[in-house]
Amino acid sequence: MNTTEKEKMNDKDIQVILGTLLRAGVIISMSIVLIGGAIFLIHKNGAITDYKVFKPELSKFSSIIAIFKGVATFQGDAIVQFGILMLIFTPIARIVFAIFSFLIERDYLYVLIGFIILAIITISLNGGLAH
Amino acid sequence: MSVLLFTIIVLSGAFLAGLLGSLTGLGGGVIIIPLLTLALGVDIHYAIGASIVSVIATSSGSAAAYVKEGITNIRIGMFLEIATTIGAVCGAIVAVYLNANYIAILFGCILIFSAIMTLKKKVDHTTLDNTDKWARFFKLNGSYPDKGIDHPYAVKHVPGGFMMMLFAGTLSGLLGIGSGALKVIAMDNIMRLPFKVSTTTSNFMMGVTAAASAVVYLHRGQIDPGIAMPVCIGVLTGATVGSKILLKAKTDKLKIVFAVVVAFLALQMIYKGISGL
Repeated sequence: MNTTEKEKMNDKDIQVILGTLLRAGVIISMSIVLIGGAIFLIHKNGAITDYKVFKPELSKFSSIIAIFKGVATFQGDAIVQFGILMLIFTPIARIVFAIFSFLIERDYLYVLIGFIILAIITISLNGGLAH
Repeated sequence: MSVLLFTIIVLSGAFLAGLLGSLTGLGGGVIIIPLLTLALGVDIHYAIGASIVSVIATSSGSAAAYVKEGITNIRIGMFLEIATTIGAVCGAIVAVYLNANYIAILFGCILIFSAIMTLKKKVDHTTLDNTDKWARFFKLNGSYPDKGIDHPYAVKHVPGGFMMMLFAGTLSGLLGIGSGALKVIAMDNIMRLPFKVSTTTSNFMMGVTAAASAVVYLHRGQIDPGIAMPVCIGVLTGATVGSKILLKAKTDKLKIVFAVVVAFLALQMIYKGISGL
């Protein structure tokens, strides 16, 4: 087997694992959203919704810490938000995996590219720019 | 409106949006936002937050299948993700300070543009001329399998494609959509990729792009579990059903009908935005 064919085989393995990772991420996070949604609906059945005006100060779960605290006390909307957080992290986990696989392939240019993308997301995750 | 009724209405609307979005190729995000804002009077900031979550769900779900088939060009995807994530974060930050009416007008314009793009006949621009020095440096040239045969292709005009992706990412962050139409233009027309590769790679990139802006939205309180829950479940189910139908049915005529409906929604959003200024 020459090197290009070997590279192709490697690429194929990576693609299969990547695909499985993405699918698992979506299924797991959506299941959490569904469970949280059911709890939320049972608890808030009679409540009235109002989304006519954007009131960011009323949002209870706008940070990762707040979400974890809410999940610990078993609040439905916190569990939904936790599922959404998992969903957001699915593509991010995909980047981390890609960095590892390019590292194994010794494709350092793409390891660097992966880190650049992660850095951009981390900067926005810290909220340094958002607040 | 009670929470239960609201959830049921949004859930069915989101299912419809996901179904139409996948049949037309427009994506669920661009249809759920007008539904939420026009029909239910939801503030566009909440609608965008919910939509971006559904974009992550649908794109990751379908990317899983495409990646396994080996059509997606992961290197092109990751290289261009630098541009789309920078754009997405900038767009999401700007969106917070922008008046809801301006967002609605911009959204309407992009919606009309996307609807026209889905109707346009696609012209194949693929090339085998692999002399582009950027494409060689970043190892972007590749091949994709189709019916057991490997089709090689070469990539052109990398800086131009990169700039277009920066713009597509900004709109994605600003409006909470996948901006698939713009991504496909960048890859088909500018970088000369084959359709199969460009659509699957654009889909692959959407998840990371949307995640980058979603974290900004989360911090700003734009992702409300009460809306995001029915929206992401509905859109994902709708899109999954849609992709199954798509394999069996011819959708050319449907596409025209949907494009007209979407254009009508877009005009309403623009009207509402202008009259609210």
